[in-house]
Amino acid sequence: MPVHAPRAAPKGTAWIAPILRILAGRGAQALVVALVVGIVSFAMMHALPGDAAYRIAAGRYGYDVMDAAAAEAVRIELGLDRPWWQQLWSWLGALATFDLGRSLVYGSSVIQEVATQLRYSLLLAGGATVASLLVALPVGIAAGMRPGGAVDRIGLGISIFLRAVPAFALGIVLVLVFAVQLRLLPVAGFDGPRHLILPSLTLGLGLAAVSSRVVRDAVVEAMSAEWRLFARTKGLGARLTVLRHVLRNAALPVVAYVGVQGAYLIEGVVIVETVFAWPGIGHALVHAIFARDVAMVQGTALALGLIYVALNLGIDLACRVIDPRAT
Amino acid sequence: MTIRPLVPTLAALLLLHLPLVAQARTDVVIASPWEVASADPAVSGHAIQKLQIMENIVDADAEGTLRPGLATDWSVSEDGSSWTFTLREGVSFHDGTVFDATSAAQALNRAHELPGVLAQAPITGIEAGDGTVVITLERPFAALPALLAHATTVIPAPAALDADGVPAELIGTGPFRATAFSPPQAIEMARFDDYWGDRRRSRPRAYLAAGRAETRALMAESGDADLVFTLDPAGFAHLGDVADVETVAVPIPRVVTLKVNAAHPFLDDPRAREALSLAIDRTGIAAAITRFPEGAATQLFPPALGAWHDDALAPLQTDIEAARARLAELGWTDGDDGILTRDGERFALEMRTFPDRPELPLIAAALQDQWRAIGVELAVTVANYSIIPEGHQDGTLEVALYARNYALTPDPIGTVLQDFGAGGGDWGAMGWESATVTDALERIAASADDAVRAEAIGTVSATLQAELPVIPIVWYQHTVAIADGLQGVVIDPLQRSYGLSAVSWAD
Repeated sequence: MPVHAPRAAPKGTAWIAPILRILAGRGAQALVVALVVGIVSFAMMHALPGDAAYRIAAGRYGYDVMDAAAAEAVRIELGLDRPWWQQLWSWLGALATFDLGRSLVYGSSVIQEVATQLRYSLLLAGGATVASLLVALPVGIAAGMRPGGAVDRIGLGISIFLRAVPAFALGIVLVLVFAVQLRLLPVAGFDGPRHLILPSLTLGLGLAAVSSRVVRDAVVEAMSAEWRLFARTKGLGARLTVLRHVLRNAALPVVAYVGVQGAYLIEGVVIVETVFAWPGIGHALVHAIFARDVAMVQGTALALGLIYVALNLGIDLACRVIDPRAT
Repeated sequence: MTIRPLVPTLAALLLLHLPLVAQARTDVVIASPWEVASADPAVSGHAIQKLQIMENIVDADAEGTLRPGLATDWSVSEDGSSWTFTLREGVSFHDGTVFDATSAAQALNRAHELPGVLAQAPITGIEAGDGTVVITLERPFAALPALLAHATTVIPAPAALDADGVPAELIGTGPFRATAFSPPQAIEMARFDDYWGDRRRSRPRAYLAAGRAETRALMAESGDADLVFTLDPAGFAHLGDVADVETVAVPIPRVVTLKVNAAHPFLDDPRAREALSLAIDRTGIAAAITRFPEGAATQLFPPALGAWHDDALAPLQTDIEAARARLAELGWTDGDDGILTRDGERFALEMRTFPDRPELPLIAAALQDQWRAIGVELAVTVANYSIIPEGHQDGTLEVALYARNYALTPDPIGTVLQDFGAGGGDWGAMGWESATVTDALERIAASADDAVRAEAIGTVSATLQAELPVIPIVWYQHTVAIADGLQGVVIDPLQRSYGLSAVSWAD
């Protein structure tokens, strides 16, 4: 339990060393993640039952045209009859030169595909995070200032409800209200910021259901801390105490939790992307797995793994800025 | 952290929430389930062709009658071994380059090398001539022009090809050019001002692939999309009650069929296959699952297939008693658990199907129930559809349920020949061959004479109905939601075109 309010960041260059330490640590982690994710996703795709050439041909040509001849043509074109270790070795060799290869199904560059899809997914994840904070912060702070009060209890009820409703159903309800009845927003697609609102809200409400409770708990704890009493005793007004000390201290667990949610978001977008026809990475990953597109699966999994590392790095740095005591 | 930086963000989001001023619509937005993953016609030709971005050298109307496309006319040599297609002059691609014989021959050669419909014809060479493309054949094949109307044989611009010769950009000769392409979901289009054909009513359009049927129905209801293709039964029924949307169902030559391994010891006698067919309540499936009662199949080829549908053919029946009688003739007797047995073996089969068409697993469940009534046990495997050709090749397939499109090309002979010709086909007969049918199909393929063809087609449909190498279940309807005020919409039963160049808004 902190006794003193956090001080301002130390002056001079003393702050550089710990930041470099964080960067080096996460850099090494990124290398290990890349290697492990690439090998594990390759192994998992090879462990799937059935003939990969048939699955890839199915994904490529569609069931009206795909037949055994198409599967054999694919097998020869992609060298699928090579031993598995040769296929893995050539992927690793290419990875060393930052080449993720080409999609087995569409022949397009994996890096380009992943970059495009990632941009949309990050946009959606960002929108959802903003939406969740817009809801969670006011609700959580209001609830935490008066634990057990009306806002706290109603907030808890709504949280439980939103957490229990599947994102798919929530999305359809939001579309019915805002797009079909009120005609304020578009149903699906991604042509401009208006298209971002409903999918962001669908994901964001689910996130806010939990994060509003995290905010509330953090505020309750900060409000009952001894240093708050000290701040009030030294003559600081109630409003300034909350703005300068309570919120800063309460922010630490909240920022850390937003980081955890970021990871959840990257995975949780699959359903929402499908409902809103959003061309993101979750949707693409599911398609790639069905079509046995090993190169796309490896590339996508790699990108997601590296995002986890980047997310951790971002949270580490953010927590350092908020709380200079951390080493 | 303070809450101050949040204030502008909050304000910005509130602004976004304000209703926008309603605007008169000039464009047409299309929503369909089919994703456009690539600019390569071999992969995404279906959408590229429907959206009229790229064109074929041979075109077809909604009745399947061939008409000039990028070729103005075509002729065949006396012996039927060489076709000459005269190409249209003064045609340019969207990037301004000129369409010529080299670009046509290059595209067709690539389509021939890759898996696709051109494999159905005995092609020995595709050469560029002086303003012509010459295709040589091993033996006569009258339906060759029909194959050249297929989606995988559209002509991309040579400039669209990447270093490996794969089309990487959506550049064609059609009345619409792609202005933005976000694979696999969206294409934005604008009118191509230098189009060679009629472009009077053309307007800018956009295409969105939305995988979920619920999403598409909501897009139609909210007015987000003006033409919405392939609705689920619930969405179709609901949209029928929505004021400013019109729903249309058009029969198309796609058939839900059961592929039966006729080499399987339980199924090698036509009477066994007939018994399985007699046990199927097609009217019930058509009414309850696909929700178009008139779609219950009475024979393999639906009325939408024109000359191939034979009104005189005795329709397939449902008759549980007759089915049981056939199986009894074959030596099957009731077992303790209600499943038939013969020589100590239970009449148990495995059916393979796939979920890409959501009605298929439902129909499989209905069949499971209906066959149990005659003492046949059915285990259903739902997986990737390639398990069907895979099982055909390795011989492990027993029964498979899928939807087959017999009008991939305006003349179905190529597909039918592939499915029921010598040796059967991955999506057709298995362990079944009929010299009568093979012979009749060869005559249809080689002849352009309507009388000769009609006689041979009659032989094919009668034999298929009698021997049931595949058991038809229901014929498909193509469902479309059209926004009120949209004029000139023609739903193509062959699904070659969305007919966008003829569509316009009422004033």
